[in-house]
Amino acid sequence: MAKGQGAALDRKKLMADPIMITTICVLVAFLTLFILYPLAILLVDSFVGDGGFGFSVFKRIFAMPNFTKAISNTLKVGFVVGIGSVLIGLLFAYVEVYVEMNKFVGGLFKVVSLLPVVSPPFVLSLSMIMLFGKSGIITRFLLGIYDNSVYGFWGIAIVQTLTFFPVCYMMLKGLLKNIDPSLEEAARDMGASRMKVFTSVTFPLLLPGLGNAFLVTFIESIADFANPMIIGGSYDTLATTIYLQITGAYDKSGAAAMAVVLLCITLLMFMVQKYYLEAKTAATLTGKASRARMYITDRSVKIPLTILCSVMAAFVILMYICVPIGSFFPTWGYKFFPLTGKWFKQVFTRYHGFKAFKDSFVLSFIASPITALLSMIISYLVVKRKFKAKGFIEAVSMLAMAVPGTVLGVGFIRGFAGGIFHTGFLQGIYGTGTLLIIVFIVRSLPTGTRSGISALRQIDKSIEESAYDMGADSFKVFMTVTLPLIKDSFLSGLVTAFVRSITAISAIILLVTPQFLLITVQINEFAEKGAFSLACAFATILIIITYSAVVLMNIFIKYFGTSRKIKEDF
Amino acid sequence: MAKEKKGVKLEHISKIYKDPKTGKEFYAVKDTSLTIEPGTFVTLLGPSGCGKTTTLRMIAGFESPDEGEIYLGDEAINELTPNKRDTAMVFQSYALLPHYNVFDNVAYGLKLRKLPADEIKEKVLNILKLVKLEGMESRMTNQLSGGQQQRVALARALVIEPSVLLFDEPLSNLDAKLRVDMRTEIRRIQQEVGITAIYVTHDQSEAMALSDNIIIMNKGVVAQMGSPKEIYYHPVDKFVADFIGEANFLEGKYLKDEKEHALLEIEGNEYPVVKGKNMKIGETYTVVLRPEAAILADEGGLPCKVVLSCFMGSYQNYHVMVGNTLVKLQEFNPKHKKIYEVGDKCHLVFDPESVHVL
Repeated sequence: MAKGQGAALDRKKLMADPIMITTICVLVAFLTLFILYPLAILLVDSFVGDGGFGFSVFKRIFAMPNFTKAISNTLKVGFVVGIGSVLIGLLFAYVEVYVEMNKFVGGLFKVVSLLPVVSPPFVLSLSMIMLFGKSGIITRFLLGIYDNSVYGFWGIAIVQTLTFFPVCYMMLKGLLKNIDPSLEEAARDMGASRMKVFTSVTFPLLLPGLGNAFLVTFIESIADFANPMIIGGSYDTLATTIYLQITGAYDKSGAAAMAVVLLCITLLMFMVQKYYLEAKTAATLTGKASRARMYITDRSVKIPLTILCSVMAAFVILMYICVPIGSFFPTWGYKFFPLTGKWFKQVFTRYHGFKAFKDSFVLSFIASPITALLSMIISYLVVKRKFKAKGFIEAVSMLAMAVPGTVLGVGFIRGFAGGIFHTGFLQGIYGTGTLLIIVFIVRSLPTGTRSGISALRQIDKSIEESAYDMGADSFKVFMTVTLPLIKDSFLSGLVTAFVRSITAISAIILLVTPQFLLITVQINEFAEKGAFSLACAFATILIIITYSAVVLMNIFIKYFGTSRKIKEDF
Repeated sequence: MAKEKKGVKLEHISKIYKDPKTGKEFYAVKDTSLTIEPGTFVTLLGPSGCGKTTTLRMIAGFESPDEGEIYLGDEAINELTPNKRDTAMVFQSYALLPHYNVFDNVAYGLKLRKLPADEIKEKVLNILKLVKLEGMESRMTNQLSGGQQQRVALARALVIEPSVLLFDEPLSNLDAKLRVDMRTEIRRIQQEVGITAIYVTHDQSEAMALSDNIIIMNKGVVAQMGSPKEIYYHPVDKFVADFIGEANFLEGKYLKDEKEHALLEIEGNEYPVVKGKNMKIGETYTVVLRPEAAILADEGGLPCKVVLSCFMGSYQNYHVMVGNTLVKLQEFNPKHKKIYEVGDKCHLVFDPESVHVL
């Protein structure tokens, strides 16, 4: 059979649409240049870095004891954090979906799930040190322990678990809601106890989902830079080791090879997660719940579970609150009263606070609409259109999700500091705000694309086809139909991109030049120096900015989002 | 509408798909040639997977044929994208733009054509009148019933005055009663506008009620094309006979001629039937007997035994065994007729002219 003519006609039809062709070309160029190329140059560097092609660079780095130590450290932390986050996340999700809760506890849960989204990544490390460190309020003043060290393995593990478990909680909540209650009722009806129902029905159905959540957390943990940086002490992970290798030892080819190792680990995890577990999760939990689940009202189950979760939620919230409070104490750990605003004043008078906020704000503000628009265009192309480069666009934008920020940072240094392939071409872009904006875009693109894709999958294909049929070209269809229908997703993508950009640190810390002062980099610096009150003051203002952005978005969606009205239709 | 009516011609059209599970390629539509006359209402009818929707989508331009050429009027349109084709489609799911109200939905195509605002308004209001939706202009589409949404979809397709109107199972999301009302409406509007219409459905009564011509498709090829009457009374094969209405198949050996009829031996009994073309004595033929074309009687005809007798209100439903062949019958208006019960022995009687020999 010859499919030739159909394919040729499809191609011709596509060519008749210049805007579409241009868009695809621009996208392919962008993704190649700013995602594929930096990763490719890392490979090139690590194989030919020390003169001549071969494994010499890898041999060299694997001979460094601190590097092999970092690998095992990273994996150990990732494993513990993955398990811990999944367990706590499962507990929260189970309680939310299965147990009758009062409004207050429900509110606590909501705050816990929102906090990691709006706060910079290292806030918990700061508060961990401030609460449990050598001069921590709890260790020193409440318990009288003077030499408690939070730095090291357990510090990282606890902080990361508390940072990442809300992600597991949200993922597992979605899955639990998809389990048809009648399955469990059938088991109960057959005579199984609640425990038996959980172990024989709920848990097996959930298992691929748990694996999925574990790997997502695992990847997040090993890619995390900020927390190990602040609370790791001498306990180095791969991300921090790479950073030190490039900023401390100036060993660029070594850092590139290390980045390749880190990338391989995350990519492997990501492949397993994406192509094996996600498919399995979808296969076991496709059903829509046929009706509402009967909540567990049994007091002997309800009260202990609710109390346990509330205490944990309260603890997490306390840790977040600790940062803004800390910024008002005259001297953390010694003098608590009277509360003072002097740190905030210093932020702006002595430490160029205004410039830092302006730089961070402006760069993120430029990056976020571009990111949101790009991710919506990518989602539209991936979900609604068919063309040759589609697989490439989808794969590369998903690939970016598995790339740790540090790896991308090193890739950008190697890839652009000397121009493309060290030829000097495009060298001018290095060190400019443009490159920082591009890094922001690349870092937030996968999240936006993912949410755009899931929003678009829910829209009947024939709605766009009807517009196309009425005489609209692709551009018109996108502007008049697609975009208005996923306005909510676009707005939230916009804010997510903004928040992610303004709180980003891992890639950006490697690329920022003295010309730009970024808040996150400042916070990192002050925390490193032990100036926690200043770090807290910076972080507090940052949280206020991100939180306001989220609140603004919700107001916007409430009053201007059309999608809510429309959603009932689908 | 002063516009010239156009017909549609398909010349040796094929479309190949890949089975996503096995990876094997197969013909969704195979070597199909059709001519649809200007101004007629033609239905593509067939079971699911027969290629009818694929054919329609190729005419609309959403799919590209792997072989053959499609003509709209005299123009070959293979290379045109859907937005450049002079066709308009009414979708199964209505596919109204949910963020627009009724007026804007209908006006969408006109706005794309950059018509002046007052002309758009006039046209939209006229069309809404035609589909009986006056006064609904400012409603949002989710405030409309299914039937009203389908009227908007129809209005939106009509208002751009396409040469050909395409319908993709437009009524299958409506409830049964509304479906009957809407198909009458669609036929009325098509007649009033005089537009060429191609309609895809798997519902044979819809096809009967709407069409000038029905095209029956099976496994990617056209099984028969003809007027509803032709197809019902003179099906070309068992598939068509069975798909349109209910059909009983009686096998019989052609013994000899009896006056103008052919005498067949059916289950051991002789019975005259209408003579088909090219029939040869000694060969075995299949007779298509419609359930309403025969009655049960105490004598004459083919002896049979009742295995099911069920009162259905307007008719009595019988299943009888003629030898080893099951025959299903409907006797209408059974109130004053003799009712045969299960186990009764009786005779199957039909007019030789009311059957069709394959």
